[in-house]
Amino acid sequence: MNTTKSRRLMTLLTALLALSMFAAACGGSDEAESATGTATSECGTDNSVTKGDKVTDLSVAVVAPSDSQDLAFTQSMIDSLTRLGIEPQVTDGTFQVEVAADAIRSYAADGIEVVIVHGTQYGGSLAEIAPDFPETSFIWGTSTSTNDIPNVFAYYPEAQEGGYVNGWIAGELADGGSIGVVGPVEAGDAVAYINGFKAGAEANGAGNVAVTYTGSFSDVALATEAAEAFLTTGVDVLTGTSQSTVGAVNVAAENEIPWFGTQSNQESWSTDQVVASQVYHWEVILDDMFEMIEEGTLGGEAMSLTLENGGLVVEINGCFDLDGGAVSGAGDIIDQIIAGDINPPA
Amino acid sequence: MSEFFTLSVLIATFASAVRFAVPYLLAALGETIGQRSGVLNLGVDGVMLLSAFGAYYTVVETGSHLFGIGVGLLIGLFMGLVYAVVTVNLHAQQGISGIGIFLFGLGFSDLLSQELVGAIQPIRKLPSLAKLPLVGGIFEPLEDIKYLGELLFSHNLMTYIAFALVPLVTWMMNNTTFGLNIKAVGENPQAADSLGVSVERTRFFAILIGNTLAGLAGATLSLQLGVFQQNLTNGLGFIAVALVYFGAWRAKWVMAGAMLYGIVTATRLQWQARDIIPNSASDIAAMAPALITILALVLLAKRVRGPAALTKPFSRH
Repeated sequence: MNTTKSRRLMTLLTALLALSMFAAACGGSDEAESATGTATSECGTDNSVTKGDKVTDLSVAVVAPSDSQDLAFTQSMIDSLTRLGIEPQVTDGTFQVEVAADAIRSYAADGIEVVIVHGTQYGGSLAEIAPDFPETSFIWGTSTSTNDIPNVFAYYPEAQEGGYVNGWIAGELADGGSIGVVGPVEAGDAVAYINGFKAGAEANGAGNVAVTYTGSFSDVALATEAAEAFLTTGVDVLTGTSQSTVGAVNVAAENEIPWFGTQSNQESWSTDQVVASQVYHWEVILDDMFEMIEEGTLGGEAMSLTLENGGLVVEINGCFDLDGGAVSGAGDIIDQIIAGDINPPA
Repeated sequence: MSEFFTLSVLIATFASAVRFAVPYLLAALGETIGQRSGVLNLGVDGVMLLSAFGAYYTVVETGSHLFGIGVGLLIGLFMGLVYAVVTVNLHAQQGISGIGIFLFGLGFSDLLSQELVGAIQPIRKLPSLAKLPLVGGIFEPLEDIKYLGELLFSHNLMTYIAFALVPLVTWMMNNTTFGLNIKAVGENPQAADSLGVSVERTRFFAILIGNTLAGLAGATLSLQLGVFQQNLTNGLGFIAVALVYFGAWRAKWVMAGAMLYGIVTATRLQWQARDIIPNSASDIAAMAPALITILALVLLAKRVRGPAALTKPFSRH
């Protein structure tokens, strides 16, 4: 490329950059808040999380079972810490509890002030480790109980709430047809999400909501084939929870079946077929916990994410052509859940 | 229950079973060759993970499944080279070396995935024969045949390669000098050595072939699913090792084991999707494939004998 052409190209690129910055400045936020607890993204926008202002100087570490970028359970925690401006030390992929226990103990022994133990399955190990480090605060979930350990906070998402909203929209799309649910293990927030989803779908006229628990949080092949099995039953909508569902989303995308996600925003897995995702905003409760820790309270309380406290947000994919009535209907459902008129089963 | 026993559902279940079985079959065939030469490789799962990532990443970068398969195969070959040097030339204890390869594969594939790809992104899956570029048109009418098309012609190319390898491996083991040497060094390496067979060279090449097939299995898995994520195999490589025992070190029985595992798993998922199995029984259903395999192993254990020199390093001195 000669010099003149390079200059022209640079000028063009600079002009385009300036134009896009101007457009972005005029356009405001990429996500439009359409109702309490919902957000509809503009099609084609980047959904990656931007780092917020740092809320605490506490040193923080995270021990988590799956990949930090799994677009599911682990990423929801990492994204939440990013929103709080925190760059934690991370040990991820600790699907073996013994490995996680080593990491938890090591972080505490190294003087980390807050260790986030992101997995129900680590509870037994934590009960042994936490008393050995009374000056360290451990934040553990998902669990509704601190197990009476004074330096342990517990957290839990009321996943049935967003599940109900997702299910309600799914019922609208299924229009009397059937829906398939790919679940991992019948425990924790997975079962809460699925129970809520089923109730929401049935409340909005879904014909049949069938659930398959694969028995694994991480077996992608099993979750993929579970979705394939649902196709043979003629499902109109699919959903699922856990990091194993990425292959199932692929099945939905290939067969043009709408998909509903949970834990993190899963739009990037299929911009065409992911309708909405219930996103965990752990920062809502983490912020309170950090404040309490700074004031000297290292644990003893369990907190939950709800639609009401903003910890659960149903993020609707702007690229999916969802009927406006369904969006406003979902907003009404959220209002009713917050008001206590609807109590989704957990 | 009756809706399960319709032709279309049974065929879909069979197709699902085949998809499950193919990675097991490829990895177990490779392990069969290695074990017949007297070398146990517990690193199959690690090799599969590295190849699965290599193939996935290649497709992300190039869009070519063919390149992806090629890269997976080469990674398997390279890991075979490493394992062969460690176990054959350096006489390392096979069990420990295999576990080392597994842990390396598990950790390194995850590291590469996080560094090179970041957030998980699905890719286009391996196409069926009818959707292959250039030659797909030949298979299109076959795939359209009612029932039979889905049963026999709807699979991806790796499926046919995997099943074609069964008679090929059987023939190689029983009819070629190399195959007979493999069996000889696996049964009595001292005797084979005294007859002029190079035990080290034979085992070296058997390991290379075995690991290359493990690489192919890993590549097939990730491209068949259209994704890669940490620990994608989920212990599949270890089940492949168990299938070799299940299959009594014979390719056709290894295939039968892989298919049995696939059929039980696929049937269980179909039954769950149709509420034939209640969710309260899902844990038991999840264990069914493993339980059946263990049961078969117990029943077969006394009737078959493995290679006599399995796991025993060979040294002339």
